Amino acid sequence: MAIMTLLEAIRSALDYELGRDPNVLVFGEDVGFNGGVFRVTEGLQKKYGEKRVFDTPLAESAIVGISIGMAINGLKPVGEIQFDGFTYPAFDQLISHASRMRTRSRGKYSCPLVVRAPYAGGVHAPEHHSESPEVFYAHTPGLKVVVPSTPADAKGLLLSAIRDPDPVFFFEPKKLYRTVKGEVPDGDYTVPIGKARLVKEGKDMSIITWGVMVSVCEEVARQLGQAGVDVEVIDLRTIAPYDVAAVLATAQKTGRVMVVHEAPRTCGFSTEIAAQISEKALYYLKAPVLRVTGYDTVMPLYKMENFYLPNTEKIIFTAKKLMEY
Amino acid sequence: MQKKGVHVGKKILRRSLARNVSPSKKNISRKKDLLKLNKVKKVTLKKISKDTLGSARRLRSKSQSRSAKTRYEISQEQFSLIPQQILREDGTTPGKFSALSPDQIKSLYRFMILSRIFDDAALKLQRQGRLGTYGSVRGQEASQVGSAFALQKEDWLVPTFRENASCITRGMPMKGLFQYWGGDERGHAYTESMTTLPLSIPIATQLLHGVGLAMALHYKGQKNAVLAHVGDGGTSEGDFHEALNFAGVFKAPIVFLCQNNQWAISVPRKKQTAATTIAQKAIAYGFSGIQVDGNDIFAVYNAVSAALGKARSGDGPTLIECVTYRISDHTTADDAKRYRNQEEVDAWVKKDPVERLKKYMLQQKIWDIKKEELLQQEAATFVSAHVRSYEEEPASDPKDMFTYTFATMTPQLLEQYQSLLDVSGKKRDPNILEKVEGGFP
Repeated sequence: MAIMTLLEAIRSALDYELGRDPNVLVFGEDVGFNGGVFRVTEGLQKKYGEKRVFDTPLAESAIVGISIGMAINGLKPVGEIQFDGFTYPAFDQLISHASRMRTRSRGKYSCPLVVRAPYAGGVHAPEHHSESPEVFYAHTPGLKVVVPSTPADAKGLLLSAIRDPDPVFFFEPKKLYRTVKGEVPDGDYTVPIGKARLVKEGKDMSIITWGVMVSVCEEVARQLGQAGVDVEVIDLRTIAPYDVAAVLATAQKTGRVMVVHEAPRTCGFSTEIAAQISEKALYYLKAPVLRVTGYDTVMPLYKMENFYLPNTEKIIFTAKKLMEY
Repeated sequence: MQKKGVHVGKKILRRSLARNVSPSKKNISRKKDLLKLNKVKKVTLKKISKDTLGSARRLRSKSQSRSAKTRYEISQEQFSLIPQQILREDGTTPGKFSALSPDQIKSLYRFMILSRIFDDAALKLQRQGRLGTYGSVRGQEASQVGSAFALQKEDWLVPTFRENASCITRGMPMKGLFQYWGGDERGHAYTESMTTLPLSIPIATQLLHGVGLAMALHYKGQKNAVLAHVGDGGTSEGDFHEALNFAGVFKAPIVFLCQNNQWAISVPRKKQTAATTIAQKAIAYGFSGIQVDGNDIFAVYNAVSAALGKARSGDGPTLIECVTYRISDHTTADDAKRYRNQEEVDAWVKKDPVERLKKYMLQQKIWDIKKEELLQQEAATFVSAHVRSYEEEPASDPKDMFTYTFATMTPQLLEQYQSLLDVSGKKRDPNILEKVEGGFP
């Protein structure tokens, strides 16, 4: 066990898998020599050489497009898109090809590739650098979408993603890169894709969330705990395919559920969770499923960022409504 | 003998390709087999490719020497090319064409005939409601058969969606093609050994897969190459640019083959690009481009063979523009009479690639009416047998939709599959529900 930041944990996973599997390649814009704009891949090119860790020209569609060809031809590409807001040029390759090659070829070809991208807001970045597009990808059949929120999960989920037989979009909450630290198991450590994490047990209400919002919701749970409300916090960790069993279990247990995410509200992933609960756990509910999310606006530039993002104040405000319902 | 032959052959190819003319009789007579070029040592091929593919560079240096003014300017005129041609419209060649043996030429012809009969059958089936929307390859058989024929078994083919002749040449089961256009994904589940990607409908996107395949070949140290096809419309897509750029930067072992069939549905070639040629686009990506008569199967084969050889030897990509024509409508859902005139089509029908090769074979006396009749019969029987086996294939299980989304069905997919069974009145599987409704892990 070592204490690592989330960023170091991601790097250690890449390092471990590059060392273990010669078919793993890591590449993207500024990923090689410079070690990535956040330095996630720092030192990896030096250690594994330019054939395995390399810079690409500035073209996101190509980063994913060549990953598809490489994956079909036996490699394990881990491509980086520099920011959430720059994943859109690669959308076509992900939606039209990576996610459906298995279906299209009836299992003859598949795309075991990983696309990594820093994601979400809270770091006062320019436009297109603070977005939460996870639901676009979660809405795509054949694509898995993962969002870690702790260093241990970052390592464990990334190793699972690289070894997964299908394409995985790995969103890295950039605000947490250097702000969270935690114990990370040494060596080969995987966390299964599709399993939520019980962050904190509670009996009065449940908050289901992921990414940066996990730590915000933990703080909410602490504050509400002082006020006598016992909050259960679930870190979804995988958006697609998400852990329906865990969602239903917590809904059945507390009967009061809130979903918190940064992405815009309408058609945000909370919508799916609320629908699932209403279909399968309606009679357990003591209140409707409530949401604290970003607004249906463009992610504002950073001076207004704090108005847009969910925070403890907004979440506690809604939690009271949930409890008083 | 081998060495001398190579040297002469190299000279022939260099002259003919550089000047955009076919090898002269005199030159050819000094060397009997251009095909042997493919069998010579790597180092020689390297030289040939560099030399023969550098025509645009040569043109540039010519114009540079004309005046100091042009030194800082590249102009369109520098890229006016006359497509390479070996097989003329009347079926003659400038000299003896010996890159392919008579048997190989006959097998090219057979693939063209098979493809044409397949095409006709597919169009009829579509009209009869027995096949879905279908895009004919009529007129492009030389570009497709000639290029796919140049591939080695372990090379990769990355097709577009209008690629039946390439796929048939590559040995893809015809039944599979009928299945795919008949709305059944099983048509793409080729035999395990075949290194051919499924047809790609989103335009030009497949080129990047080709580059990735090629980079993987290079990484694994495999001495093979990728042939990735695209159309003239595809060259306007961003992925065309990204693919050629990446291929140039990473020196990927790939050949980009553009079938410039003059029309992207209703939009003519001149509205796709203001560039004089499509071939010249390669220059901007740091490698060579070639323009060939895409209805001349010998020119296509020669150019693709040389470019694949160059790629396999580690000398990087090539762009080949095959100037050809889409004789039919874009697909069965299109009516080309709305946007192009019959005179244009008629003029291209006269350049028909299949007729052209037949004329050649007749003139060379390696073909006759009797053989033609036998082939037509054999091909028609072959195609009908595949139509039959396509239509007799039992319907696929709707479960396949769910089975092939991921390597393992997710709980959501299991549940959704069950819901489909519920609607159709089939028995539920209690294990599936348990998996979905289980407690916290």
